[in-house]
Amino acid sequence: MQTLDSEPLELVRGSLDHCVKCTICETFCPVSNVTPLFPGPKYVGPQAERFRTADGTFDASLDYCSGCGICTTVCPQGVKIAEINAKARARMKAERGVPLRDRIIARSSLMGRLGTPVAPLGNWFLQNHAFRALLERVLRIHRSAPMPRFAGRTFQGWARRHPAPANATRAVVYFHGCSTNYYEPRLGEMTVAVLEHNGFRVLVPRRQDCCGLPLQSNGLMDDARRYVRRLASTLAPYARRGYDIVATSTSCGLMLKREAIEMLDLGDDEDLRVVSAHMYDICEYLLWLHERGELRTDFRPLPITVPYHAPCQQAGHWMGKPALDLFALIPELTVAESDADCCGIAGTYGLKAEKYDIAMAVGARLFDQVREARSEVAACDSETCRWQIERATGVPSVHPIEVLYRAYGLSG
Amino acid sequence: MRSDAVVVGAGLSGLVAALRLAEAGLKTTVVAQGVGSTHLSPASIDVLGYAPDLVESPARALPAFLAEHPEHPYARISLELIEQSVAWLRERAEGLGYTGSLRENLLVPTAAGVPAPTAVVPASMAAGDLRSGGRFAFVGLRAMKSFHPAYLAENLAQAKLPSGAGIEARAVRITEPGSEPDVGALDYARAFEDAAFRRAVASELKVQLQSGEAVGFPAVLGLDRHAEVRRELEEALERPVFEVTGLPPSVPGIRLFRALRSAFRRAGGRLVMGAVVVGAGTSERSVTSLSVRAAAGRTTAYEARWFVLATGGFASGALHVDSYGEVRETALGLPVAGVPPVEEPRFLPGVFDDHPMSRAGLAVDERLRPLGPEGAAAFHNLFAAGAVLAGAEPWRERSGNGLALATGFAAASHILEDAS
Repeated sequence: MQTLDSEPLELVRGSLDHCVKCTICETFCPVSNVTPLFPGPKYVGPQAERFRTADGTFDASLDYCSGCGICTTVCPQGVKIAEINAKARARMKAERGVPLRDRIIARSSLMGRLGTPVAPLGNWFLQNHAFRALLERVLRIHRSAPMPRFAGRTFQGWARRHPAPANATRAVVYFHGCSTNYYEPRLGEMTVAVLEHNGFRVLVPRRQDCCGLPLQSNGLMDDARRYVRRLASTLAPYARRGYDIVATSTSCGLMLKREAIEMLDLGDDEDLRVVSAHMYDICEYLLWLHERGELRTDFRPLPITVPYHAPCQQAGHWMGKPALDLFALIPELTVAESDADCCGIAGTYGLKAEKYDIAMAVGARLFDQVREARSEVAACDSETCRWQIERATGVPSVHPIEVLYRAYGLSG
Repeated sequence: MRSDAVVVGAGLSGLVAALRLAEAGLKTTVVAQGVGSTHLSPASIDVLGYAPDLVESPARALPAFLAEHPEHPYARISLELIEQSVAWLRERAEGLGYTGSLRENLLVPTAAGVPAPTAVVPASMAAGDLRSGGRFAFVGLRAMKSFHPAYLAENLAQAKLPSGAGIEARAVRITEPGSEPDVGALDYARAFEDAAFRRAVASELKVQLQSGEAVGFPAVLGLDRHAEVRRELEEALERPVFEVTGLPPSVPGIRLFRALRSAFRRAGGRLVMGAVVVGAGTSERSVTSLSVRAAAGRTTAYEARWFVLATGGFASGALHVDSYGEVRETALGLPVAGVPPVEEPRFLPGVFDDHPMSRAGLAVDERLRPLGPEGAAAFHNLFAAGAVLAGAEPWRERSGNGLALATGFAAASHILEDAS
């Protein structure tokens, strides 16, 4: 794949003049489709943006945008609707202040670092009804919202001890993200196993901190920029040496591909640009390998039905649903593709007490489809979406990599 | 990304071409910058409505029309193929209950109260056929600011029908729902899926209706469960109920989009949204791949054996005119036909004037392949369909969805011939 050096960066705010008020974004917006509290992406985006001045005059309904980004993906005119909204929300928050709750839940790597050594206790508290009721009262984090469980160990710790395979013929860099490190280290281990099965040595750079996405979506743009710059400087030396980087957290991968450049105005960060050009979603990468004849297809039959939901952040990669093509390589696997656009959680949105009901209403169609599939497991590329699906339906939800791992018959 | 066929554009022509190809067993990928104009246009299939006078039968009018307009896209396909495309859509979008044919145009009311000629309509519009006149009540929903039944009814009552029959039309209003400050077509469409809401509407309406009146609603009678919504209203009101399309978003258009999209998914098709084509890989007279802008700082090559450009016209950015009057086709830089010389006027003052620029687009050969600079097909495996084609003026001819359907269908037919 060639690198696109010469394309001028589309101005986010400038794109609003391309809006022809066709309302296509409004027909797709999962939030405005379930609540009158959010008047819709066109209204708070290209329309209201014209009336925003340096002095403010913001409509607080902007805060109900979940940041899923579907509006930008379906816009036929290329208007950066979600990006306009994210920037405007940040300006509004800068004026009105960010609640303590949002400052806490936006720091996923800090939470992970604090919780990991005391995982049993932390998990007990986060599953405890009385504590959650208290948390809701004090911090306005909804008592029923999905919370991840601390693994009590880190993926980084495993990766440091993991010996490099002797027979590797090529190498790839793994950007695992905070959730894999602190909550789902098994996903990281399975990703390494799948890549090693395909002849890769997997490089896991140390000091992989948060990508800044939760900070950005909570309007903490300066903090988000610091995290992005730091992470980009960690990964950039590998990209400059020509290594491709794969991400299993689809939204964090997207942050480094595109969103940090557009929403945080980091297009001038040389590290980020070279990281962006080498960043792949893991399924995108495996499918790319397959089309070059470089993916092993020694899959065992997997005679199960898996409901699959491609998260909205994944649609923002503008690459379709590569997991479906990979699943199609597995004998006897039946995939029930969801036609729902969003699970509602949108990172930290659905955790908030005032937004929890909206998030559940957004996800209702998906939850119905997952339940109807009567399957032992569902698949989805984003961790917060998996936690939301599990919490809402009781169906364990895994990354597509786990399905491939099982079909390869891998262990360890 | 490798496929048998790549279709660029997710409007009606692109989805039709893609669905046909996928159902024929070709691995088909749709790449689209965004959703196409299905969401903006009524779901009716207007084949030919004005030429320039009102067309009563597209089948009869087309030969003379094409003799006069030899560069029209319809001149590249046969009447038989247009008919096949309509029959095909009727089957594929079974849930929408398309009715009508090329033999005779129906006349259905627009939201402005104009009897509009159209060949094929979804079942939800059929009872609004005005050809033999009749008595109609048009329902105003209190909070729906884009639908004004009194304006519609007054204009319609003055309309002259070819049959000479008369139309009696009047407005009726209902107050449901009472509280929402700003309700759009989709909000109402969802509200109508709620049985309690439907009952409230029906009971308020029933006492206002007079005998023999058919009832026209704005096109908001349900999304996924539209057939059930309309049937229940017809039963409760004991008379035919129909929809009138108006300003975007078009709920019937969304139903059509969803029907085609889910059929495409079922057929194993891939739909990639947000993808902008920025160039092509070519070899001799073949396109080998399309370069698509990825979200990352690189492009992705979409390789295939056949390609269809269904990118739309000026409105979607498929054609671009700059301030010097230069017109370009934005995806692949193909030559654009029908562009007036730079020193001559490009547009005229009236909206419905015969604008010199209006027929600009891709000229194609008899197999719908865009022509290169020397006047022959630029590539043997690149086809074009829909609003990107040169030679039509859909808004004056009332031919937009007919052209999209027929050319999308025909482009797929040519590819399937090559594939077999």
